[in-house]
Amino acid sequence: MIIRGFSVIVDNFKYAMLYDMNDFIITAKNVTKKFGDFTAVDNVSFQIKKGEIFAFLGPNGAGKSTMIKMLTTLLHPTAGEITLNGFDVVHHPNKVRRSFGIIFQDPSLDTELTAYENMLIHAVMYGMEKSVYAERIQTLMKLVELWDKKDQLVKNYSGGMKRRLEIARGLLHHPAVLFLDEPTVGLDPQTRNLMWNYLKDLVKSEKITVFFTTHYLEEAEKYAERLAVIDHGKIVAHGTTADLEKQTGKTTLEDAFLALTGKAIREEEGAGGMGHMARVWGRR
Amino acid sequence: MKIIYILWFRQIKRYLRSRSRLIGSLGQPILFLVALGYGFGAIYAKAGGGNYIDFLAPGVICMGILFTAIFAGIEVIWDKQFGFLKETLVAPVSRLQIMVGRTLGGATVATMQGVIVLAITFFVGFRPTDWWMILPAVLFMIVIALFFTALGTAIASRLDDMQGFQVIMNFLVMPIFFLSGALFPLTGLPPVIEFLVKIDPLSYGVDAIRGALVGGSQFGFGLDITVLLVITAIMLVLGAWLFSGIEA
Repeated sequence: MIIRGFSVIVDNFKYAMLYDMNDFIITAKNVTKKFGDFTAVDNVSFQIKKGEIFAFLGPNGAGKSTMIKMLTTLLHPTAGEITLNGFDVVHHPNKVRRSFGIIFQDPSLDTELTAYENMLIHAVMYGMEKSVYAERIQTLMKLVELWDKKDQLVKNYSGGMKRRLEIARGLLHHPAVLFLDEPTVGLDPQTRNLMWNYLKDLVKSEKITVFFTTHYLEEAEKYAERLAVIDHGKIVAHGTTADLEKQTGKTTLEDAFLALTGKAIREEEGAGGMGHMARVWGRR
Repeated sequence: MKIIYILWFRQIKRYLRSRSRLIGSLGQPILFLVALGYGFGAIYAKAGGGNYIDFLAPGVICMGILFTAIFAGIEVIWDKQFGFLKETLVAPVSRLQIMVGRTLGGATVATMQGVIVLAITFFVGFRPTDWWMILPAVLFMIVIALFFTALGTAIASRLDDMQGFQVIMNFLVMPIFFLSGALFPLTGLPPVIEFLVKIDPLSYGVDAIRGALVGGSQFGFGLDITVLLVITAIMLVLGAWLFSGIEA
């Protein structure tokens, strides 16, 4: 433990100077993921502090979704090591799974069931006791203002309501980390604003860490305490918005992002989302 | 155990809630009973076969189970497309538990369907020789339902969208139904057809249920039960294995 801790400190000298090892909730060390000849994630290392809001940015196909899938145990890294909440994602997947909640890019609710039933199934799958989940479901559904609509079928919910329900569900089992993969795609500015307000409150009240990806850079600028930019499978910059702006000599995060990743439009090939997910799954 | 239960519960809820599916899936067996039962009844009796409704009813019960069970298994594709599968794959549960839960759920639904069709057959004049024999018949229904739900799950584990669904219906499900002896007696068939009938898993299910309800099992109970149990066990293992492979 001490030896491993030491090597991580050497790798991440800058952050290790600032925080104690125990402050890191996610540690990725030299992580690589290959699909055949294609390297989706190339020797990536980063650490995320407990309780911070962290944005993971990159153009389509940069490796964001692959990274999230590895962090959430859906894919195994080809090389390297990832720990989340102190557990190795490959060797202790179920402990890792209990430690995070996730809001996927695409909806993942059962639309034929009611909102409450979706919450109930989640609670049982995460091994929660009835005495605990009954109260917790109510608290969270009240927080996202859906408690009075708990017995409606999810298929009758609007896009914004579904997202709010997914946030409530993702938090149900008291995760240490909440992953949000492009959580605000397709939501109107009002819902987006509301959603972030919930999240900011939750980070404070539940002491969770938020890891999110987005293409709305003003969102990252506004809410993320630290961010990393990934391109072609490598992390090309990380730090605060100010750090990135200083590094590139630009005045906005958007300009800094374009300076880092170039202006060429990326092919959708290998971009996250369903297509990729389906192909990965389809492979068996 | 709780996890298997909750996923079972989900399947039941979905089934009971989709009334259109429930009614729709009963329409076909009723049509077969009425159209074929009354349509061929006279000819069948004239040919010395006896009461055609008595012969047909167990076959139509099996049809109800077959379609519902395959469909319940295929629903995995929906879960892939509508995202719910991801929710289960990141949960701290094993793939095996997920597969077992949903297969039991699907099989329960399919068995219920079979029992409902059985009740409907009473309205077109079907009577079992011995009412007590309904109990073993229901046990056979459960086994058939398990087999075909697992088969549907196994197929769906390898498919990404519903485009293959028609192919499965036309080249797998329909032949399984028509070649099972559900509609016609298995005597005096050309050798090729006889061979196909013998490798059709549903043949043994139809034969067992017919044997239980009206007598006249062609393969004998011993063979029926052995075949059904063995292939169901194999299919459950295969389905679980393929389902576990979904995670990428």
